[in-house]
Amino acid sequence: MIDRAWSLFFLMVPILGVGIFVWAMVGVYPMEGLWLPKNVNEYGVIIDNLFMFILYLTGVIFIITGIVMFWFLWKYSASNNAEPVKFTHGSHMLEIIWSILPSAVLLFIAIYQMNAWADAKMRRPMVTNADGEEVVMLPVARVTGRQFEWRIQYAGADGLLDTKDDVFTVNELHLPAYEDVVLQIHSEDVLHSFFLPNLRLKQDVVPGMDQYMWFKATETGSFDIVCAELCGWGHYKMRGQLTLESRERFDKWLANLRAEQLLSVFDPAADDGDE
Amino acid sequence: MSAIPADSQRTETPRMSLSAFFTTYVFSKDHKIIGLQFLFSTLLWFLVGGLLALGIRWQLAFPWQDMPVIGNMLFAAEGGQISPEFYTTLFTMHATVMIFFVIIPILAGAFGNYLIPLMIGADDMAFPTLNMLSYWFMWPAFMLIGSSFFTPPYGAGGGWTSYPPLSVMTGAAPGSELAQTLWLLGITCVGVSSMMGSVNYLTTIIQMRAPGMTMFRLPLTIWAMFITALLQAFALPVLTAAGFMQVADRLLGTGFFIPEHLVVNNSIPASGGGQPLLWQHLFWFYSHPAVYIMILPAMGMVSDIISCFARKPVYGYKPMVYSISGIAGLGFIVWGHHMFVSGMNPVLGMTFMVATMMIALPSAVKTFNWLGTIWGGKVEFTTPMLFALSFVSMFIIGGLSGIFMAATPVDIFIHDTYFIVAHFHYVLFAGTAMAVFGAIYFWFPKMFGRMMNDTIGKVHFALTFIFLNGTFFTMHILGVVGFPRRLADPYPYKTFEHLQPMNEFMTYCAIAMVAVQILFVVNFIYSIFYGPRCGRNPWGANSLEWMAPSPPGHGNFDFQPVVYRGPYEYGSPEVDTDNYPQTQPPPPKDVPPTSEH
Repeated sequence: MIDRAWSLFFLMVPILGVGIFVWAMVGVYPMEGLWLPKNVNEYGVIIDNLFMFILYLTGVIFIITGIVMFWFLWKYSASNNAEPVKFTHGSHMLEIIWSILPSAVLLFIAIYQMNAWADAKMRRPMVTNADGEEVVMLPVARVTGRQFEWRIQYAGADGLLDTKDDVFTVNELHLPAYEDVVLQIHSEDVLHSFFLPNLRLKQDVVPGMDQYMWFKATETGSFDIVCAELCGWGHYKMRGQLTLESRERFDKWLANLRAEQLLSVFDPAADDGDE
Repeated sequence: MSAIPADSQRTETPRMSLSAFFTTYVFSKDHKIIGLQFLFSTLLWFLVGGLLALGIRWQLAFPWQDMPVIGNMLFAAEGGQISPEFYTTLFTMHATVMIFFVIIPILAGAFGNYLIPLMIGADDMAFPTLNMLSYWFMWPAFMLIGSSFFTPPYGAGGGWTSYPPLSVMTGAAPGSELAQTLWLLGITCVGVSSMMGSVNYLTTIIQMRAPGMTMFRLPLTIWAMFITALLQAFALPVLTAAGFMQVADRLLGTGFFIPEHLVVNNSIPASGGGQPLLWQHLFWFYSHPAVYIMILPAMGMVSDIISCFARKPVYGYKPMVYSISGIAGLGFIVWGHHMFVSGMNPVLGMTFMVATMMIALPSAVKTFNWLGTIWGGKVEFTTPMLFALSFVSMFIIGGLSGIFMAATPVDIFIHDTYFIVAHFHYVLFAGTAMAVFGAIYFWFPKMFGRMMNDTIGKVHFALTFIFLNGTFFTMHILGVVGFPRRLADPYPYKTFEHLQPMNEFMTYCAIAMVAVQILFVVNFIYSIFYGPRCGRNPWGANSLEWMAPSPPGHGNFDFQPVVYRGPYEYGSPEVDTDNYPQTQPPPPKDVPPTSEH
């Protein structure tokens, strides 16, 4: 009889597993703030929804298989089941059913995700240029990963990188909210990964490759920039800060930065730390 | 090793000459001794890997705090705390040891070696000398990786994936100097060892089956070992080549993986023109199939154990075989799912997403068949059965969490977070390692002729199961918050600053989980010498190894095994007994033994 109790042990897996997830999702003591960090990207909602969709789907399968396993162990434990074992080598029909059903679900998940993936990594925002043609949006800044900092180079007034009016800063990325923004990311030395948890964006930064990221922020505020690919002993220190602000404030900040930069180029002594 | 008499009767032989001792127990060509050598070596490394993990856990729970008692002995230079350089070495070595010195060799090396000839009814492997070499090639690997750990200034710190340029540029990290070269050469030696093993397993399984042992009468353990050997044979050459390319980049300046215009630590490398992503493709072309190398044999052994203790045939034997083959086949075209955000062509990402989703299918079929095996049986909750059941229960979690990563848009967020750390620990520790414990409890009587203590075994199971879930399930939650892997100190980030208490809880669970293994060690060692003696077939199983003496002598069988049926005929109406061994001739009126099962 005590033997049967082991099946309860396995019943705890779906109960506690689902319990912990629900607890974290609801976010009450002691599990406050243990869910997806606040999303401030228009596109990030899609990722969050897909995540929740898969969570519910797998959650249902998790509960069903867990309870079925418990029930079989409970019912068919040797101490309980007096009947002779069901001598069977399987059922062709069942095998077909439980092959086709999951494959249909899995294929559906895969195809369902494709559009979101294309939006995230393939469909860079377009703009209409002076000649009325649709062209890809140029990056507002280039972010260069380097052991162990993010160097940021703004395209400046002319909208082109590597021109005279570029503006430089380190680890402090300011960007305008409420509009499409394109970033070029780049590495100077080893692999890094440019991770913005609150924008649901991540892209490995590969030396020798220029890559682009884009998003449309829905809020202002300051958020973490995380390096998510091992880049050496100081990997944990490679921390940046993303400040999302209104267009006017961003333009003003950039203009100030440019003025400060011109100052420091021509007269370094004049840099009196006006921040 | 003196506890392994050549015969169960423990015939007193006169004192063994030194050379005889060496050929019998050290440079032995007997597959059983080699299997045990693998088993003991890998269990020792398992301990090392577990302690390394505790180092990681300590730092995540109590960043930059002195480690009590042992801190000053280990890190006197840092005043008893883990330095960030050492932290990178810690997780690099934890993964390296666990993957290359524990999981792969304990499955293929220990159980593959021990079980293949016994379960197919052969007297030994096809190539005994090659078999011996496959074990002894592990030793250069042990020494190279071991010395890499202690090479000044710091041990290899490029992660177990050894991504260039970090791993190639000697100035990129303190651990990227000589230590990284030693690490690469060590991995190559493991590869050579595995390659020797896989050629041997394939030949043995194809050529040396006992009369009547058709391919579809093989136990699923053997099918899994067979497919695993195929995976190794086809995937390993790629890793070996890639490893030598990286060594050449480091020592000869070839620049396969180094692009131009790098500036690392203010110095410009001499070579260039390469592509870091090339390494990732080559590495994962091996290392993704290697993920299946690390789980398929466990699946096979679990099938055998569950069928034996449910006293019922495996549900859907052939679908099980096809699923193993399906996983292996698809396993070769899913490597790109490790690279969704690596900068690889995003169009390719879609292809890999579909292939990755589809590989969940055979895993699902296997799970349903395990549940089907339990259905209608008479389940005996012995220690091996509990571990095997926990494999199924935990593999469901590990399998389902894989779907999140396979979905490319979701992977953008959870890639390189603790969600993936949770996922692969559920597959590799909660899955494979638990299956390995089950397999040790199951086949221990065959290996040593004595039983392990069942009560201690159950306590060991229950505590391990509780603490492993305490350690690893919580990692999913960390991953949902976006907590990144491999950060020595994540708490300065605003997003992660509140996660320290949870990490502390996980660390306590991890320490308890490692401590509980003392029960296993004591039970294992005590039972080798003093466990109650068992007969040939203590579990009432069907497959051939249980027909041999316990432990089997040199040459395995004291009779010529002839196989009449598959290995899972428990509860067959043909006979009155509960089990129906493969070697038992059918009742007279039955069909001749050569007919297909």
